Amino acid sequence: MVTNPLTKNIDMSRAPFSLTEYEAADGYQSIKNIAAGLNPGDVMQQVKDSGLKGRGGAGFPTGLKWSFVPQGENSAKQKYLVVNADEMEPGTFKDRLLMEGDPHLLIEGMIIAAYAIGASVGYIFLRGEYKVAEKALQKAINEAKERGFLGTNIAGTGFDLNIILHTSAGRYICGEETALLNALEGKRANPRAKPPFPQVSGLWGKPTIVNNVETICNLPGIMRYGIDWYHGLTKGKDHGTKLFGVSGRVKNPGCWEMPLGTPIRELLEGKAGGMQDGLSLRGFLPGGGSTDFMLPEHLDLLLDYDEIAKVGSRLATGTMIVLDDQTCPVGMIGNLMTFFSHESCGFCTPCRDGLPWVDAIFKELESGAGKEKDLQILHDHVDYMGPGKTFCALAPGATAPLGSGLKYFADDFKRHIDERCCPYNH
Amino acid sequence: MSEVGMSDNVNVIVSNAKRARKLTPEEIAEIEHEMELYPDKKAVGLEALKIIQKHQGWVSDESLLAIAKYLAIPVADLEGVATFFNLVYRQPVGKNVILFCNSVSCWITGCDKMKRHIGDRLGIDFGETTADNAFTLLPVPCLGDCDNAPVMMVGDDLHRRLDFEKIDEIIANYQKQD
Repeated sequence: MVTNPLTKNIDMSRAPFSLTEYEAADGYQSIKNIAAGLNPGDVMQQVKDSGLKGRGGAGFPTGLKWSFVPQGENSAKQKYLVVNADEMEPGTFKDRLLMEGDPHLLIEGMIIAAYAIGASVGYIFLRGEYKVAEKALQKAINEAKERGFLGTNIAGTGFDLNIILHTSAGRYICGEETALLNALEGKRANPRAKPPFPQVSGLWGKPTIVNNVETICNLPGIMRYGIDWYHGLTKGKDHGTKLFGVSGRVKNPGCWEMPLGTPIRELLEGKAGGMQDGLSLRGFLPGGGSTDFMLPEHLDLLLDYDEIAKVGSRLATGTMIVLDDQTCPVGMIGNLMTFFSHESCGFCTPCRDGLPWVDAIFKELESGAGKEKDLQILHDHVDYMGPGKTFCALAPGATAPLGSGLKYFADDFKRHIDERCCPYNH
Repeated sequence: MSEVGMSDNVNVIVSNAKRARKLTPEEIAEIEHEMELYPDKKAVGLEALKIIQKHQGWVSDESLLAIAKYLAIPVADLEGVATFFNLVYRQPVGKNVILFCNSVSCWITGCDKMKRHIGDRLGIDFGETTADNAFTLLPVPCLGDCDNAPVMMVGDDLHRRLDFEKIDEIIANYQKQD
């Protein structure tokens, strides 16, 4: 029984599977199922029943998202599938592994998703810096075309799908799905107002589903091995496996596929080998730069969407950034603020003006020029840039490490002001 | 005489205005190929900018005007796109562009020290190009290779787990190629 459906074909010491090798490893069964009469409604129902949640960060149920696409005679004929492969969340390196390691898994997943929602064109929106992934994906697309798995009248069913690989040119905001759509249309990547949601009016005004790479990579397994198998994978409440990563000063940083519901300790101390010698754990961001800090006391919680939310953070991308006791938490948060400030699209005021202000205060704190009142300004910005106050989720994401950091590392902030310098040796 | 002088003057002013350069046949062929993949010309703007940059090293005003003219899209819109993206260079860059990751995981693992070392070796800071035009150093948001931090890219190549020795070796290798 397969227990690692996302990474079973991945071995980074060799080239990724060709189409033939992938097929021999139980791949592209979905094409046969489609040829044998599986209909799009069945696929959608199966994905809904699987309980798969989006792996890009927000954790929205995938089948439910798909069901918002208008279907039937009166719906728009042209629908689009877009894969969000613009992996730029700080500390996140999971989609790179999937695309470099097993590109055909993504292509098969896209065929399944496009078939379910009725899309005849699928774009992969890949970040420009992922050169290895670009080559691997283009090769996989070409092989699938040649084999007749992409193109027109796939498997003689009348189903058409073309996959186009779009490489971006580097802006974090393109990971926001409506900003991504603007970028694909050749515009500045400012997010759009919602509603209308992309499922109804997305790319060029047509119904569009935007899914993360890892989300799509779950689909071949769900279709091949079924719901019972999928539900048997988890150790917690949420279904399936997930890629979890650890970076920072641990013994063995890396990315592993594990069942959802695995205790955090098993990831950090088991897979990642715990802290490097001489260092101890101070805290961690559980799912990339836009998540709230968690503390050593949270290590026995499970890597599950609801479980992590209970302590005010988010599982998000599942790639953990570890803070050790000899790294300055103020410096770490300041680094994130510089990132978010630089990557703000500049469209709405709280984000455009708030983030550079926050960033400037962190630079003052680090240089020893911080003042008591700066802390109040930082606290205020957690509110000013919080959920509901901005046009998209970028600035609220920035307030996650900021707000939780101010709470958990208050002494460190105070020492920067009192001692008029950074008390850490960097 | 004075009339001739005036018209000379006018000519000088007109010739100072930037004009679209002529796109090369290779550039046009690649842009045409992209046009088959998108339903309208505007969507090809970013692709066209990247194609021109691949051939010319950067996107000059003359190139920008040429693309806008070719795709029949407003110059201001295309400039809006060109200046939005980190990887579209609107100024000349050196032969090798170093994309240096300074995001959080690389910061924790000591990228500031690595950056200072590059600065010592090449005498450049972020946004600068060496006098021999061999290297331009640019910061890049998280390169998504955090388990190998600190990392940087030189051209299309990713260099992982950087330390001083590795950086010296990488720089020497690219200098040898030049």
